[in-house]
Amino acid sequence: MVLFYYIIFPGFLATFIAGGVASWIERKLTARIQTRVGPPFLQPFYDVRKLFIKEITIPEHSSRSIFMISPIIALASITVVATIVGLNLINPAYGFNGDLIVCVYLLLIPSLCVILGASASGNPLASLGASREMKLVLSYELAFWASLAVPVLKTNSIRFIDIIGFQALNGSIAGSLSGIIAFIVAIICIQAKLAKVPFDIPEAETEIAGGAYIEYSGPLLGFFKITQYMMLIVLPLFLLEIFWGPMNFSVGILKYLLLLTIIIMLENTNPRLKIDQAVKFFWFGLLPFGVISIILAIIGM
Amino acid sequence: MSKAAILSRSIWVFHFASAACNNCDIELIDALTPRFDLERFGIKLVGSIRHADCLLVSGIMNEKGATRLKFLYDIAPKPLAVVTFGSCGASGGLFTNSYNFYGPPDKIIPVDAYIPGCPPRPEAIIDGIVKVVKKLRNV
Repeated sequence: MVLFYYIIFPGFLATFIAGGVASWIERKLTARIQTRVGPPFLQPFYDVRKLFIKEITIPEHSSRSIFMISPIIALASITVVATIVGLNLINPAYGFNGDLIVCVYLLLIPSLCVILGASASGNPLASLGASREMKLVLSYELAFWASLAVPVLKTNSIRFIDIIGFQALNGSIAGSLSGIIAFIVAIICIQAKLAKVPFDIPEAETEIAGGAYIEYSGPLLGFFKITQYMMLIVLPLFLLEIFWGPMNFSVGILKYLLLLTIIIMLENTNPRLKIDQAVKFFWFGLLPFGVISIILAIIGM
Repeated sequence: MSKAAILSRSIWVFHFASAACNNCDIELIDALTPRFDLERFGIKLVGSIRHADCLLVSGIMNEKGATRLKFLYDIAPKPLAVVTFGSCGASGGLFTNSYNFYGPPDKIIPVDAYIPGCPPRPEAIIDGIVKVVKKLRNV
């Protein structure tokens, strides 16, 4: 049964399929904004299927084992998060003490794997991408934790079940002043976690040619692609659970689609920042709001 | 389903410009604009040869370009479709008798399709892609 949870539902397979659909929605909406027709419905799955028949090429000067294993670790960690978040959505009783903290740490691992894999590939552009990813992680992580402190302070708990239960009794956390500020901060932080424009600095297709992913090919790139699709499901659901509960099935889907649309709109209406601008934005622009929301939460607003 | 048929659903293109006069490059970008929208067919331009399924070659091959083209072909993950772009890619075009002309790309690596024209219009590019796709799917 545990394996079923991890591999089929709500773990790997279900999240991957839902993530593919979400990725299609993203690409289609982007195309419509640019008055294009956009890709067919199954395009994300065609892309992944194609990547899995391609050859794996390993760069000559790379550290072979780390280069090969980091995409797999990224996929494994996001699968665990998907399982925890998904099970809490179905039946919060499956949770354990501190599952919120575990989730936030596991969400960091895909970024670390990108850094590891890129550094192992021995390509100058990839190492540039890795260093940018590192700076980006350092900049957004603090603001993200600050925003997560609000639901924790309000409910005095680090378990999903308590946060969801609190919201079922008292209305959603985003309904309060401190909650809504923290929610907006968290949305901007997951934009960076998803590496979407304006924070796609580590990939930066147009200047460093795919950056961190530049040497990856075939199935290894496919693992990273699947990880990205799954992040597109897991991160918004994670935020919805702790900020904008309680959710049943139909309302949950509507809320998710709304959040996804916000992410896509942010992506399509902003130019890419430079890395120093991004660090400044997160530390001096966003973090103060995170701190304000914590203070408001402590005085009970 | 054959490998090539799977490939034809999602073609990621890497553009190699060997001393092209830029007309071909501009027309290629035109094909990706909203008016023609190649993403309808799952085609997109990628920045790294490791991600590519199609190597698009434009411009005339001189000695330096030829070694780099050979290198790119060697490090690219197979299966890979090679398409030459413009008259220069097909035959050398205007520069056939030039002193630094090495030879057309098909002298260096195996080429699957040619898109002639100086420069080819976006319609011709889409037509060339359709031909590659048909060849890959063995229609």
